Parts: sequence; structure tokens; C-alpha cells
Amino acid sequence: MKRSLLGRIWPNAAALVLALGFVFPVYWMFTTAFKPNGDIITEDPVWFPLNGTFEHFSTAVNAPNFWSLVGNSVTVTVLAVGLSLLIALCGSFAVARMRFKGRKGIILTFMVAQMAPWEVLVISIYMIVRDADMLNSLVPLTFFYMLMVLPFTLLTLRGYVAAVPKELEESAMVDGCTRTQAFVKIIFPLLAPGLMATSLFGFITAWNEFPLVLVLNKEPDKGTLPLWLSQFQSQFGDDWGATMAAASIFALPILVLFLFLQRKAVGGLTAGAVKG
Amino acid sequence: MSVQIEDAVQNSAPRIGKGGAPPPGRRRGTGRAAGKAPYLLLIPALAATAVFLGWPMVRNLILSFQNLNMKQLIQHLTEWRGFGNYSDILGGEQFWRVTVRTIVFTGVNVVLIMTLGVLIGLLLARLGKKMRLVLSVALVLTWAMPVIAATTVFQWLFDARYGVVNWVLDKLGWHSMAHYDWVGSQLSTFFVITVLIVWQSLPFVALNLYAATTTIPKELYEAARMDGAGTWKVFTSVTFPFLKPFFLATTFLEIIWVFKAFPQIFAINEGGPDRLTETLPIYAFTEGVGNLHFGMGAAISLLTIVVLLGMTAYYLRLTLKQEEDEA
Repeated sequence: MKRSLLGRIWPNAAALVLALGFVFPVYWMFTTAFKPNGDIITEDPVWFPLNGTFEHFSTAVNAPNFWSLVGNSVTVTVLAVGLSLLIALCGSFAVARMRFKGRKGIILTFMVAQMAPWEVLVISIYMIVRDADMLNSLVPLTFFYMLMVLPFTLLTLRGYVAAVPKELEESAMVDGCTRTQAFVKIIFPLLAPGLMATSLFGFITAWNEFPLVLVLNKEPDKGTLPLWLSQFQSQFGDDWGATMAAASIFALPILVLFLFLQRKAVGGLTAGAVKG
Repeated sequence: MSVQIEDAVQNSAPRIGKGGAPPPGRRRGTGRAAGKAPYLLLIPALAATAVFLGWPMVRNLILSFQNLNMKQLIQHLTEWRGFGNYSDILGGEQFWRVTVRTIVFTGVNVVLIMTLGVLIGLLLARLGKKMRLVLSVALVLTWAMPVIAATTVFQWLFDARYGVVNWVLDKLGWHSMAHYDWVGSQLSTFFVITVLIVWQSLPFVALNLYAATTTIPKELYEAARMDGAGTWKVFTSVTFPFLKPFFLATTFLEIIWVFKAFPQIFAINEGGPDRLTETLPIYAFTEGVGNLHFGMGAAISLLTIVVLLGMTAYYLRLTLKQEEDEA
């Protein structure tokens, strides 16, 4: 179909404007982080960090407890996502591949669990963790984060497991594999993209979590990076350079991970959404 | 939480399940051992859900019937109040005001997100390869921005004195905005929060809508064009019906996500000024954790769950029905 010149120009123009609009806050975060204070506190914005400096990054990195909180964040996120993948993989296999009594109820349970308003459950979680004498510990955080991503992981993996043709598994079993062997050798490799996509979302959730850690881990070196960032900001007040450097450090790992894995993530989620 | 969001289309992902499900007659292993296998596989997931979600829910229910403030907490006293917390909350004005505000806030955001998200998704489908890549990368970077980092950046963008937004508005001739304090009034604070939330949510809807449109058979479009359908007609007669499950699942997720939005509102102005931008989750948090009225906070959070269930009941019923059809 032929389109007029105007018809070809406007979508591109619109796309360019949108792309700039979307990326600007991210750009502004990184560039502010590199600007000397004189270029930040000005009546007219400086659009490019021509006099770049690492001073704000060193302020952020040398802030009290930074490294221990990085360690905490990485530990909690990796453990929570790893555990939930393991548990969800077992569960999704059962739900996608087997018929059994109560299956529907179990699926519904996970759907509702996924709606869990963690933000409003902080009070009761605080009580439980306090009574167990585990405030300021990474253990409860890890387990709660695991459960925050578990229903999503399980339900999404269920789609991926179901999408693997049953015949592959059956022929492996005809060839003498047990069900477990068939799973490990045949299905698991085919699930790799699904595991990557779901773990990506798990990573973001756990990396980002704020209300729970805000209430449970109050000691300065026992929290995670979101807490550090929010406190850093109130502590450094109007030092926007340092604050933006801190935000950049916090955001960078996820931005990089996402750019690497996005193709899989986007395609994977929709595969499920459309084949109604 | 943003993810939670992205908690994405998982709801619908299960639906592919039906393709993989064997007809009952073909199932393997009718023996007892095979009969137990699914339960064994599900035990860890169910146990974890019961302990880390079920228990807090039950605890929350119990708390909501107690009079628990700082004093009782320190002295480990248990004082029961029956339905006292609930009648206080439901009898007062604040809860209803916050509920209406939350529903309006969620509605406005979800409508904006779905409309703009679909438009951008359709635009992606129309673009050439290069421009599509440019826009996609921009969207992915936005999508990946952690909520707390994004919130911090928005505070800087909307900073009264050196924020770039005020500078632009001033240059555009709106001089009264030169040093405008965005978090000084209810509407302007909500405006900043809405821009932030919509900005964060659009990539998910747009990218997934675009990916979804690629699965629509080309013939459908050609047939519609041959019948002389215009852009709008093609959308309503081909795209929308074909992607209906996608629209339902995404709208449902966005409702949950916007409704539960916590760090954005909390970090921008802690529900201020004067508690005028508190939504239900913030209200429950402020009453419970901030003001140390734990029993009251628990009761509010329970009512919050009820409101959220009410807003999503339609979708839940629909999915449940679908599962029934499949079983």
C-alpha cells in the first residue's frame, strides 16, 4: 500500500519525540551525576556534561555502609530469585503437565497470591518477624522476596512448560528415560529462555522492594540499596549530583541486564497473553 | 514493585496451558505413585505461600480486631477491640475520602496508560526497522529504571528552583512556573506522581502490545482493508477482538499495580501535602507504621484488600470461568 510523504514522516517524527521523552529522565540522571556542582545549580540547565567529574560517584560510594548494602542487596536478590525459580519450576511442571484433583484451586491460589498487597501487610509481617526476633536480618527479607516473585514465576513458567511439545518428553520416555531424566535432558534446555525472562522480572522486584525493608531492617548496615538511596537523598538533601550518582549506581545493573535480555522478556510474556 | 507490575501478563500465560494439557484418557501413570507426584511437586510452592503470605494475612486479620499501639506493643499486651477498629474507620470520613481518591487515581492512571500504551504499540508496528529499534530501546531503558531511582530522578526534574521542568515552562512563556513548588498542593503533587507512573508503565503495555500484534495473521488485516476499513475500523474489527485476552490481562495488572503504587507516592511527598495525596496503601502504612496505631492500620489494610478485590473481581471471575471450561 502506498503512503503519502506526510504519512511516512509523521510516524517517524512521533517516534523520535517519544523516544526522547522516554529516555530523557534516564539521560538526565546519568548526566547530572557527572556534572560539577556549578553546572547543576544554575539558572540555565547545562545539557551536556562537558566538564565531567567523578566526584559525585565517589561521594556516593564512600557514603557510610554503601558496600555492605550492595552486598545485602545482591545476596537477597540472587537467593530470592534462585529459590523461587527452583520451587516454581517444580510447581509449574505439575500444573502444566498433570491432571489432578484440586488443580484449579491451586492455580487460583497463585493468581490471588500474585495480587498480594505486600505494601499493606507490612504491619503484620513486622509483628511476625519481631516475634521471631529476626528484625535486621536478611533471612526474612530473602524469604518474603522469594514469595513476592514466586506466583508470577510459577504461572509464567507454566506457560513455557506447556509450550514444550508433550511428544518430546514421551519419546524420551519411550527411549528409556525416567520422567525426571526426560525433564532434565529434554525440557530443561528448552525452558532456558523462559527461565531468563521470568528471572529478569524477579530480579527487578526484589532489587526494588522498598516498604518491607523500610520497616524490617532499620539498622544502617542491615538494609538494601533502595533504602540506602532513599536515605541518601534525605541525608544529602539538595546535593543533586551525589543523589543522581547514587541513583545511577542503583539503576545501572538492572538497566544493563534488561538491555541484554529484553528480547526474550518481551516475546515470552506475550506468547502467553495472546494465545487465548 | 514495578515489576510486580510487570507481573505481567503471567495471568494469561497460563492459558497456553490448555494446549499442553493431555486429554484425560492419555495421561500416564494411573498408579498411586503417579497420583501423588503433582502434590509432591507443589508442596514447596504451597508451603511457602502458606507461611509467607497466608500467615501474615491471618496475623493481619487478628491484629485488626486488637487495640494495639506503642504502649501495648512494648508491654506485650493483648487488648481486644472486636469490631471497634472497623466501626471507627467506616464511621469516619477519612477512609471514604481516601477510598474515593484511590479509585479515581487508579482509574485516571489506568485509562491513560492503556490508551497511550496502545497508541505507542500501534505506532511501533507502523515504524520502519531503524526507528522501531530507537523507540524500543528508549522504552526498554524506561521500563528497566528501578522505581526508587526513577522517583528520585523525577524529584530532581520537578525541583522547584533548579528543576528542568520549571525551566522549560518558564522559557515557553509560562513565567509563573519559574520556581513553582510542585509538591505544594494536592493536584500538582498528583500530577507529578501520575506523570511518573504513566511514564514507567507505558513501555510494558506498548512493547507487549506491539509483540502481540505481530502474532495477528496478516490475512485478517488484508481482508479488512479490502472491505474498505479505515484505521479505526481495522483496530476495532481485527486488532481488538484478536488481542482481547491481552487487553483484559494488561488492564487487570495495571489496576493492581497502580492501586498498590507505594514508593512513588511515598518518596515524592509521603502522601502530602497535609495527607492529601494518600491512597489506601499509604493511608494504611501511615496509620499503622507511621502513627504506630498497628491495630487500626491492620484493619485499614484489610479493607484495602477488599477494595482491590472489588476492583478486580470481574477479571478474576472471568479467569476462573475460563479455567473451568478447560478443566
